[in-house]
Amino acid sequence: MEFEQILFYVFSFWLIASSLAMVFSRNTAFSALFLILSFFSAASLWLLLEAEFLAITLILVYVGAVMVLFLFVIKMLDIESSTLRAKFTGYLPVGIGVAIVVIAEMSLVLGSSQFGLGKVANPIRHSSDYSNITELAMELYTTYVYQFELAAVLLLIAIIAAITLIHRIDPRTKKQSIAEQVNTKASDRVRLVSISSPNKEDKK
Amino acid sequence: MTSNFTIELNSLLVALPEIFLISGIVVVLLIDLFLKSKFKQITYHLTHLCLLITGVLSFNLIGNPETVIFSNSFVLDDMGSVFKVFIAGSTMVAMVYSRHYLIEQGLFKGEYFVLILLAVFGMMVMASGSSLLTLYIGLEILSLSLYTLIAIARNRSVSVEAALKYFILGAIASGLLLYGISMVYGISGSINIEEIFAFASGSNLAPRETLILNFGLVFLVIGIAFKLGAVPFHMWVPDVYEGAPTSVTMFLSTVPKIAALAMLVRILIDGLGPMHSYWSDLFIALSLLSIALGSVVAIMQTNIKRMLAYSTISHVGFIMLGFVTGTISGYGSATFYVIVYVLMSLAAFGIVILLNSKGYEADNISDYKGLSKRSPWFALVMLVVMLSMAGVPPFIGFYSKFFILQQVVSAGFLTIAIIAVVFAVISAYYYLQIIKSMYFDDSESEAVIKAPMDMKIVLSINGALILVVGLFPDFWMKLAVSLF
Repeated sequence: MEFEQILFYVFSFWLIASSLAMVFSRNTAFSALFLILSFFSAASLWLLLEAEFLAITLILVYVGAVMVLFLFVIKMLDIESSTLRAKFTGYLPVGIGVAIVVIAEMSLVLGSSQFGLGKVANPIRHSSDYSNITELAMELYTTYVYQFELAAVLLLIAIIAAITLIHRIDPRTKKQSIAEQVNTKASDRVRLVSISSPNKEDKK
Repeated sequence: MTSNFTIELNSLLVALPEIFLISGIVVVLLIDLFLKSKFKQITYHLTHLCLLITGVLSFNLIGNPETVIFSNSFVLDDMGSVFKVFIAGSTMVAMVYSRHYLIEQGLFKGEYFVLILLAVFGMMVMASGSSLLTLYIGLEILSLSLYTLIAIARNRSVSVEAALKYFILGAIASGLLLYGISMVYGISGSINIEEIFAFASGSNLAPRETLILNFGLVFLVIGIAFKLGAVPFHMWVPDVYEGAPTSVTMFLSTVPKIAALAMLVRILIDGLGPMHSYWSDLFIALSLLSIALGSVVAIMQTNIKRMLAYSTISHVGFIMLGFVTGTISGYGSATFYVIVYVLMSLAAFGIVILLNSKGYEADNISDYKGLSKRSPWFALVMLVVMLSMAGVPPFIGFYSKFFILQQVVSAGFLTIAIIAVVFAVISAYYYLQIIKSMYFDDSESEAVIKAPMDMKIVLSINGALILVVGLFPDFWMKLAVSLF
């Protein structure tokens, strides 16, 4: 067995094991951590496929940004997991039955008899001057330029949606208006009121 | 590294409606930012202008020879252009109906219009997507805008709940769709619709390849059925229709159906057309279940938005029946049905919005009691809409059902046609129920119906169209068939 093959099996094992652990873990924080592990394993598999840029992006974006956010949300929201599981046992028999049927059917179609090495060719080995990021960029900015622009529109919607749903103008906020402060005159701040004092007349 | 990739700028002109619309969206967004809240009417009118110009530009492209640009990921053909005209047009009608409602509900905000425009953009991308990736991104642009629009009334917890429900189920459906796409890509080696067609119609397709193509197909059908709201993927429809603000419900129940139909045609006919014998069986099941459930469950509803939701489900069943036939005229009759459905549904929700008054949503069917005395004219419009939806001649609703059933029978599915007719008769009950309460029950409220003039005019025209188009349906049917 070659070294690369050993690596492949190790990473695949970790990918499957951590995905299962993510689903079955009772603690949501552990689930999130297992998801991070599965992202790492998937990124390692991509590295073996010579897709370095994608592997690094997966780690930077998903592990570095998305999952950290996930962990924050989990810690902030303090979800009572027992209420979520209240109806779990009721659905369990049906769920297991359906899952078994689906897994059996899918493994018949997607097993190695259909997608084995005999049917699908090995990925091509590239020479050492091959650059994954250049190849990706060439495709992205030429062949897939339309989809690239559409993805930008999708991000625009995400921004608009987030601001629409979250932004509130709270009437209680006290804002500082600098222009008003500078333009203010003494008469706006201090009011001189002449009060006739009754004591004066008494003295006379 | 050198590349011989070139783009002729002139060739991009076939995408002019999309290019104009996205530039327009950004301009509207920026202008709205600097408008004071009392000038928000300007945003509304600019949105109308954007849609109008987009519609006209799309209309001008009808009759252009079929062109593909952007490395085969964008296709311009008559079907796409006609759909785009209808998408822009029906959105404009929906906006006229919603203006009054939005002002009263305090939702008359720039974001609302920008999100509507973005949804229209997504639908146009879907209408002329010729690669699975483009279709998927178009669908996501549409869905993301819709999720936000549903939740835009943040203070109403039902709206937020509806949005969340739609978002989670929609995300699962998108996942299934993507899984199907990955299977089709994995076996055919392409995400391009034309190349998939060439692969699927190849004569020496190995049994293994047919099997996996079929496997992907099932997931694609599920994804599309979810977006159309066909049984058993309909769970979100009644809740979302009820929870969303009525103006959003109107938009989301009408226009996206055109786009979903376009996606269906692109993926299942232009792409996987050779697999028709496989997916038509799925469609028979989906459409019969939708017609049956939509017709029967609607009877029990007391909320008109929920009732219209179940009525939509049964209409979707009829639309899908048109694709069972596998003939050009069958596809044409389904297209005709969608346009008719949009026309009827817009008018029905127009009336629902009309009855809403400040701080009160006329969601219950009992709110329609004695409408004929409060407003004889709009009671008449509602009468026309309900009769048309029930499929009574001479309204267009009759002809759209008639054409579908005609095609289904001539394709040899007599039993299916009979079942569909039986359930259509059952569904007539709840449409007639509304007519009964409008004309024969005494009104509980004496509130005068107030609506702006533009809405009254457009609603009247909309009602009249349901009658007038029904007088010469053959012309429209021929037009619909000629798109394929």
